Amino acid sequence: MAEAVLTRRRRRSWRLILSGGWLGLVVITAIFAPFIAPHDPLAQDLLLQRLPPAWMAGAEPGYLLGTDGLGRDVLSRIIYASRVALTVAFVAAPVACIIGSVLGLLAGYYGGWVDQIVSRIVDVWMAFPPVLFAILLVAVIGTGLHSVILAIIVIDWIRFCRVVRAEALVQRRMDYVDSAHIVGLTRAAILVKEVLPNVLPAIVALLSLEMGIAVIVEAILSFVNLSISTDDPTWGGMIAEGRTIIHFAWWVLVFPLIVLFLTVLAFGQFGEGLKDRFDPVLQ
Amino acid sequence: MNILRAIATRIATTLVTLFGVAVIVFVVIRVAPGNPIAMMLPPGASEEDIARLTALYGLDRSIPEQFVIWLGGVLQGDFGTSISLRQNVLTIVLGRLPATLELSLLALGIAIVLGAALAFVATRWRETPAEAGVDVVNGIALSVPDFLWGLALILTLGVAWPIFEISGRVSPTLDLPFVTQFYLVESLLRLRLDITLNLLDHMIMPAVALALPLAAVIAQLLKASLKETIRQDYVMLARTKGFSESRVILHDAMRNALLPTLTLTGVQLTFLIGGTVIIERIFSYEGLGNLAIDAVINRDLPLIQGIVILFAVLFVGINLAIDLLYAILNPRLRHG
Repeated sequence: MAEAVLTRRRRRSWRLILSGGWLGLVVITAIFAPFIAPHDPLAQDLLLQRLPPAWMAGAEPGYLLGTDGLGRDVLSRIIYASRVALTVAFVAAPVACIIGSVLGLLAGYYGGWVDQIVSRIVDVWMAFPPVLFAILLVAVIGTGLHSVILAIIVIDWIRFCRVVRAEALVQRRMDYVDSAHIVGLTRAAILVKEVLPNVLPAIVALLSLEMGIAVIVEAILSFVNLSISTDDPTWGGMIAEGRTIIHFAWWVLVFPLIVLFLTVLAFGQFGEGLKDRFDPVLQ
Repeated sequence: MNILRAIATRIATTLVTLFGVAVIVFVVIRVAPGNPIAMMLPPGASEEDIARLTALYGLDRSIPEQFVIWLGGVLQGDFGTSISLRQNVLTIVLGRLPATLELSLLALGIAIVLGAALAFVATRWRETPAEAGVDVVNGIALSVPDFLWGLALILTLGVAWPIFEISGRVSPTLDLPFVTQFYLVESLLRLRLDITLNLLDHMIMPAVALALPLAAVIAQLLKASLKETIRQDYVMLARTKGFSESRVILHDAMRNALLPTLTLTGVQLTFLIGGTVIIERIFSYEGLGNLAIDAVINRDLPLIQGIVILFAVLFVGINLAIDLLYAILNPRLRHG
């Protein structure tokens, strides 16, 4: 048994190292994009259209991952696009997390009319297909990075709210809450000092997962051409272009897709790894 | 008596939810800048023409007034007229719904079969590398959304090894002698298996993309449930009778573990249907989701409203049905 727990823990720490390593790489790439990117991501050259990656016949040296339909360097665009993806992840997800967690804690811990109102709002939100909701909001607010971030916050706070509310409901009935009452702590104090720390592991794991979701939502909005302007590189925008010329230049789709895939996977696995690290049973 | 009151409350909250959806959609799309009427008319249209058409669509009234008029129509089954397609909204939406329903149900079927298969493998060969392998597959399928699975499938089985079709619902050259929009069902009923195969050729990849995340959820829940079940006395008894381990799991344990697992996946089913919006776009599949994105891009207010309301009705209907089913199946809740 102890052996099994040990191997499991070893597997878990590998998960944290691999996913954390990839995310660190993406963050560094985003920060130092101008120094790393071999070309200007916006520079078009119609003589260099749809060049294949460097290891294929007909490639041009200096264009490692080939060029897109307008002769722009795919690698440089992927590198610059990581800035948009990470901005969305690190701004939208934490704000959604704070709003959703606060409402979830209040609803789950206090119950009563607070819970009634919050739960009804969550019901309404759950009745929308989230992708359609996002597209609708961005179409209404106007395209641009701000709208994308705002739309993700407006839609995804309920993910946190649902999970945190359920956790708070469980915690509320725990003995330690009663003990805190007897000692004379106020309800607000118990909520912040006792309940919140116990709910925190679930929130942290969800936050990491949500960062991945935010990256995906941005990519989807770029894919339907509703994110930032079409010239500026985004992974979703590159994928959308690659989808249309898939039979002539597969590399325009493949490389941003792989990066997006790994990033989203890493956010999810990183969150799971963190959750296990906090889990007292596996400690 | 108690259960009737619980059901009545549940239906009442469902109606409140639908009303909330209607208000939000209605207000949100009317706050949008840009005049949808101006987009319909040729560039040189006069002010009077714009005013006349605006009045025709009722867009010159206040938002609460428009809402009351629209809601009155909806309650009588009148969702208005699409601005971009100039057709009755309900007709358009109901015409597209079958395509989305068939895709969703196919995906649901794939998710159940795949999830059950994964859970079976992990249980049959538990505590071996096979179980660890299933855990890894589950973890990946859970953290990667349908959007990426769809694109990955297009690249692999659509382009690199072109086995399946990557766009559309059915080959346009095919002559369809159908009276309904339920092509898949009707082709089966009419025994036009050539058409069935052509439809599946188009639907398999989007359906698998939608199914993968749900399959992982089902596999995880079912695996946990099977782990409990295989320790029960009646399963032990089957084992002592000399049946093989596979037969014991499939025949005795799976039967009792599957139903409770499926009732737990109700919310996940709505996520799957919600996923059709972008999956249909990627695969140029002519369903409701693809239509919805076009409607948003064209600022076709009546059409957007109609589609969102229909999705909402579908979602709360599924959740309501599952809650009721759960109440009926679970005796503890029935008398609670």
